[in-house]
Amino acid sequence: MSDKNKNVASTGNTVGKVTSAGGPGFGNKREEGLSGKVLLKVDGLKVSYGGIEAVRGISFDVPEGEIVTLIGANGAGKSSTLRAIVGLEKAAGGTITFNGAELTSMGTEQIVKNGITLVPEGRRVFVNLSVYENLRMGAYLRKDDLSADLEWVYSLFPRLKERHWQAAGTLSGGEQQMLAIARALMSRPQMIMMDEPSLGLAPIIVQEVFDIIREINRQGMTILLVEQNANMALKAADKGYVMETGRITLNGTGMELAENDEVKEAYLGKSHK
Amino acid sequence: MDFLSKNLPYLLAGISVGGQYALIAIGYTMVYGILRLINFAHGDIFMVAGLVMVYSTTILPLYISIPLTIIVTVILGMSIEKIAYKPLRNSPRMSVMISAIGVSYLLQNLALYITGGLAQVYPTIPFISSPITIGPATTKVVTILTPFLMIVLVIALMQLINHTKIGMAMRSVSTDFETSRLMGINVNNVISMTFIIGSFLAAIGSLLYFSNYPSVIPTSGAMPGLKAFVAAVFGGIGSIPGAVIGAMLIGIVENLIKGVGWTTFSDAFTFVLLILVLLFKPTGLFGEAATDKV
Repeated sequence: MSDKNKNVASTGNTVGKVTSAGGPGFGNKREEGLSGKVLLKVDGLKVSYGGIEAVRGISFDVPEGEIVTLIGANGAGKSSTLRAIVGLEKAAGGTITFNGAELTSMGTEQIVKNGITLVPEGRRVFVNLSVYENLRMGAYLRKDDLSADLEWVYSLFPRLKERHWQAAGTLSGGEQQMLAIARALMSRPQMIMMDEPSLGLAPIIVQEVFDIIREINRQGMTILLVEQNANMALKAADKGYVMETGRITLNGTGMELAENDEVKEAYLGKSHK
Repeated sequence: MDFLSKNLPYLLAGISVGGQYALIAIGYTMVYGILRLINFAHGDIFMVAGLVMVYSTTILPLYISIPLTIIVTVILGMSIEKIAYKPLRNSPRMSVMISAIGVSYLLQNLALYITGGLAQVYPTIPFISSPITIGPATTKVVTILTPFLMIVLVIALMQLINHTKIGMAMRSVSTDFETSRLMGINVNNVISMTFIIGSFLAAIGSLLYFSNYPSVIPTSGAMPGLKAFVAAVFGGIGSIPGAVIGAMLIGIVENLIKGVGWTTFSDAFTFVLLILVLLFKPTGLFGEAATDKV
């Protein structure tokens, strides 16, 4: 295990210096070639709450099979963007196209049916349901046999299998995050969005969560990741966008952004070498 | 022996009324579990079920009017939710509650208008209205039938909630609307389902309850509704077993109090119980602990 992990996986925009030990390193990408097809296209998206614009016309693409991350400080509009994509907030302007379908006029139920799922901020597992029932709920719209996918998520998260019949509320924070991801996978999405999956977790668990994110991506899943833990997110991502007060101010590959001076200063800590 | 023979009729009546309260109380507790709303119109839905039965039997045979009563009651419950509660989904809880009180008065006054304020004689349903003798007590079949029918319905409901997909969805929605939507659950359908079940049970309760009474008046639903509400609070609002136990207890104690000759105080007991529960154990017998969702 790592000895000098000094990680601030929490609120605030001062992300601590992280030296990840073990785990796949920089730019460890999938072997197979990427299709390059754009799966999700967000164009000029605006989201407002009672007249206050949280998202002020942003555009970005998520290519199939890649990990794309939105990083930025608290209140930059990252979560609002994800919520608008999945229909929990109404877009005040712009378009969201997924696989050729326009999402802004659809309800959440339909959007999920179209193959997008969101692992919400704060995990939000159904605490009164068992682990197994949570997974069943993830597959709510499916009418086919779930056993193969249950085996698959249990192989990704062996600890969930041990706690099969336990109420989700009795799990630890890290286990709940794993369950939230597993639950999302059970819908067999084409794209999985994650809102702050590292929030409030111990550094070692954060590392585990990111290992899983890489693993499911390696197996072909497209991922749109929102994080305040910019360092971890940029290391994992193919592509990153920096959001500030509702606008995208920078974009580039994960590695480019991780080495960008502005990003370093604002999100990775000034002392970053 | 003397005590028993003297009190058996009251005990039987208590079990029966308790079963009827339970069928109403489940509607309160389920709606609260999902919407965090006390559906004050629920008792009046129960009354409307009584009136529908009265009017439909004047022109239709029983085997049509009974199912018709159940269907009309279910549609009424569902429509009330769609018209009076759904548009207020994102409003403060107080607004929805006031809307519920409004619906309650609306139903009572509509009933007053339609009945002209005259007590409507409830039809006699053969078999369940026929007399039966149990030891020293003579009562109606409905008295004996009610607790059994109630238990069967509750078991069926618990099966539905604990072992079916829609039941799982109901439990999910009761903890977290938004995340339920993320699972692809249509939250509005689940809420409708809750009102369908609640109104269905209220309709059955109404058939049983009014078979023991000569007539229906526009305020007939108020008192049983209030008592069922107290039962739901006593059992821990949101909990179905709690509502059933609370209702049985209230029904039995109320009637035993009548048995010892304190009829005047039988209603008072229920409301004193409400005050005591709210003072000393606001979450009731099986209520969820008052922790906030994380």
